Amino acid sequence: MIADDDEKWLAAATAAVKQNAFYMQRAIDSNNLKDALKFSAQMLGELRTSKLSPHKYYELYIRASDELRSLEMFFRDETARGCSIAELYELVQHAGNILPRLYLLCTIGSVYIKSKDVAAKDILKDLVEMCRAVQHPLRGLFLRSYLAQVTRDKLPSIGSELEGDTETHMDALEFVLQNFTEMNKLWVRMQHQGPTREKEKREKERNELRDLVMTVGKNLHILGQLEGVDLVVYRDTVLPRILEQVVNCKDELAQCYLMDCIIQVFPDDFHLQTLDVLLGACPQLQPSVDIKTVLSGLMERLSNYAASSVEALPNFLQVDAFSKLNHAIGKVVEAQVDLPASSSVTLYLFLLKFTLHVHSDRLDYVDQVLGSCVSQLSATGKLCDDKASKQIVAFLSAPLEKFNDVVTILKLTNYPRVMEYLDHDTNKAMAIIIIQSILKNDTRIATADEVDALFELIKGLIKDFDGLTDNDEIDEEDFQEEQNSVARLVHFLYNDDPEEMPKIIFRIRKHILTGGPKRLPLTIPPLVFSALKLIRRMRGGDENPFGDDTSTPQKILQLLTETVEVLADASASELALRLYLQCAQAANDCELETVAYEFFTKAYLLYEEEISDSKAQVTALRLIIGTLQRMRVFNVENRDILTHKATGYSAKLLKKPDQCRAVYECAHLYWAEEGENLKDGERVVLCLKRAQKIADAVQKMANASRGASSTGSVSLYVELLNKYLYFLEKGNPQVTGETIQSLAELIRSETKKAESGAGTFITSTLRYMEFQRQQEDGGMSEKYQKIKMEWFE
Amino acid sequence: MVLVLALGDLHVPHRAADLPPKFKSMLVPGKIQHIICTGNLCIKEIHDYLKTICPDLHIVRGEFDEDARYPDTKTLTIGQFKLGLCHGHQVIPWGDLDSLAMLQRQLDVDILVTGHTHQFTAYKHEGGVVINPGSATGAYSSINQDVNPSFVLMDIDGLRVVVYVYELIDGEVKVDKIDFKKASTSTSAP
Repeated sequence: MIADDDEKWLAAATAAVKQNAFYMQRAIDSNNLKDALKFSAQMLGELRTSKLSPHKYYELYIRASDELRSLEMFFRDETARGCSIAELYELVQHAGNILPRLYLLCTIGSVYIKSKDVAAKDILKDLVEMCRAVQHPLRGLFLRSYLAQVTRDKLPSIGSELEGDTETHMDALEFVLQNFTEMNKLWVRMQHQGPTREKEKREKERNELRDLVMTVGKNLHILGQLEGVDLVVYRDTVLPRILEQVVNCKDELAQCYLMDCIIQVFPDDFHLQTLDVLLGACPQLQPSVDIKTVLSGLMERLSNYAASSVEALPNFLQVDAFSKLNHAIGKVVEAQVDLPASSSVTLYLFLLKFTLHVHSDRLDYVDQVLGSCVSQLSATGKLCDDKASKQIVAFLSAPLEKFNDVVTILKLTNYPRVMEYLDHDTNKAMAIIIIQSILKNDTRIATADEVDALFELIKGLIKDFDGLTDNDEIDEEDFQEEQNSVARLVHFLYNDDPEEMPKIIFRIRKHILTGGPKRLPLTIPPLVFSALKLIRRMRGGDENPFGDDTSTPQKILQLLTETVEVLADASASELALRLYLQCAQAANDCELETVAYEFFTKAYLLYEEEISDSKAQVTALRLIIGTLQRMRVFNVENRDILTHKATGYSAKLLKKPDQCRAVYECAHLYWAEEGENLKDGERVVLCLKRAQKIADAVQKMANASRGASSTGSVSLYVELLNKYLYFLEKGNPQVTGETIQSLAELIRSETKKAESGAGTFITSTLRYMEFQRQQEDGGMSEKYQKIKMEWFE
Repeated sequence: MVLVLALGDLHVPHRAADLPPKFKSMLVPGKIQHIICTGNLCIKEIHDYLKTICPDLHIVRGEFDEDARYPDTKTLTIGQFKLGLCHGHQVIPWGDLDSLAMLQRQLDVDILVTGHTHQFTAYKHEGGVVINPGSATGAYSSINQDVNPSFVLMDIDGLRVVVYVYELIDGEVKVDKIDFKKASTSTSAP
């Protein structure tokens, strides 16, 4: 109902405005001043209406004021033609009603100013006072808006041609301030008027009024452009007057908007120098004002100011901007008891960003901000609130992104305290962010104490949360990724110094061992390899006679024994076995025979007791053989014991082909290249013969059950043949031509039995043998000449 | 011209955090037709990363690989060449050229690619060519005391393969290349 009426009235009024404007224009075109005035007054009469809502009135106003432009031009032309302005000024006052009269006065007044016949100040003063006659809030507001608009380009603003002297500047200033003051008062009155209006209507109008507050703010924009408003004038005149208005109007909407206006319109340097005053006004504002937005806006501007002009930085220190802002925020947060946690964190976030921009060298300031936030959070207790958590993450990420150096973050004593306020999942997410910063920036964490501090921050990832095992809830893949991140991190915890690095290793170990059986298989390996690298470096360096106990390879290896043991207990036996073998090799390189033997013993124990899957056994055994084959540190007895056991395991593998292969690989255990007494030709052949027996058994089984693939076991014979050739070439005197011949014949006969052909392996082997025979270098071909071979196929 | 990337023994995250940045910036998706990997990645993230460089990815199992489903050996044909792939911890003695030659005969391939020693090698013997791309991350090795990050790019063109090896030494990427030619299209060695 109401809307329809509104539309109707607006339509009617607009039509009337249009019509009068048309006649006014016609009068202008025929230089008929009298008629022009008559019709313009009639047109402006439409603005006397009380029937329209603020938005609609605004539309009407725009129309009318638009039309007044041509009138203004007409007045200018008239004066150019010789008409006296003073007379015109007189004439327009004959208009019947106040409102049209005043609109016309403003119009002619602006022309008057331009003419410079009379002091601008007098006219301006006149106009701004006369407008007082219209006390109706809506109409008065728009009238003054028109006044501001029409005089704007006649004021001595920066870059205009009307520069003038200080006095002129002050007059203009005074004019704008007064207009602003009056408009603000009118607007505020609009908010609280009319108890007679229906509630609905009022609500709607309140919303529309929100938009109109911009007309008030426009004056501040004009002020911002005025020539002559330097810091002193701003500080002594402009700001106090504006703030007085802002505070006294006691209207939440106006206060919020105007504070923001002040901050956006005036230069940052001014704000810096009047920080006290500006911040001092904040507690005086209505409690319902969203101070957070105001202060955030201010801090953001100041941050950008600091970021963009290095010369300004000393000023920040000089006015002690940081403490003032910190203090102001503290007061706001204290005063607004109901402020939600996310809002107070946001405030601190902006302060933090400010601090990082302006005082990035002052870690103590940064820590202070963190501390203030902690105090605030402790007052509200632990948060489950998503919004607040998000803000805290942004809060904690800000210094990370600024410094790109986690080592700096570790110096902030309050940082871990802030993290305490995150719920478990977010805490872990934050820990990942920290780790990623290290990985991305290649940050080195170089002392044991820094390692401790870092693990304190990421403890959510390192161990279960306060007795709760949330293992059931977490996604398996996510968990692995998490722990892999921790694993990657270990490689950045490093120091070249041979005294510090062992300390680091010990510390890492201490933290990782709290992780529990699910984490250990993922986090222990990188620790082990980091330690092995250290041992290698230690070997390379000089013996340090003053070094303490921790800095010997032996001590580190001892630590590793105890560490890998933990893995074995956590049922990661295959991994533990591999790590024991790695450690054994390191011990070998350090010439620590007993230690190396110990590692082998442990590996063998695991093999016997924990590795039961046949495939796993095959691989594990292959690794044992490969490692043992390279060991040089053992005396004959120890070596024999270990070799004997390995051969024993080989013969007992589940599947016969696997047995065969493992046994012939054991032959290598009796033959080492580097001279020494490790070339036992007999035992080599014994192994190969033993393997052959197993191959025979396989062949028998295959022949017995016709359908089975017999080429499989022929392959075993070919492999053995190749092994014999290997040792022949190495000069094992026990490998005779006859042995090889008979094996070759065996292969031939077995292949004939099989349905399929000889297979490529035998072909390539034979080809190789022929090739070696033809070798020009006598040694090789001599050996091969020993073999009488008949070719088949 | 077919480009084949050969790399392995990354040992992420056990022994290294990631590939060197200089290598990562060189390994751009879309330029390589095949990837053959000697194993010991060790985690799925690395598998996925390699897949983004080239979807035709062949991997064999290293002793530290998390995924137990990779095969122990693999053979494939690219152009005129038969390639064989095996991590190498299965071949004893580790790194022994003659034992590797035996494996090559067994797989009947022109080019055998293995790893485990973290040492780049490329050599020709009676049975063909053996290539070890080393460790792409320069990971610690009990076998090799002084490891530099390295990988291999093979350019297979008809009967010829050019092997480019990229090594990161003192922060700089050094490139070397070796030419190999096959005698004929038969599968027997030159």
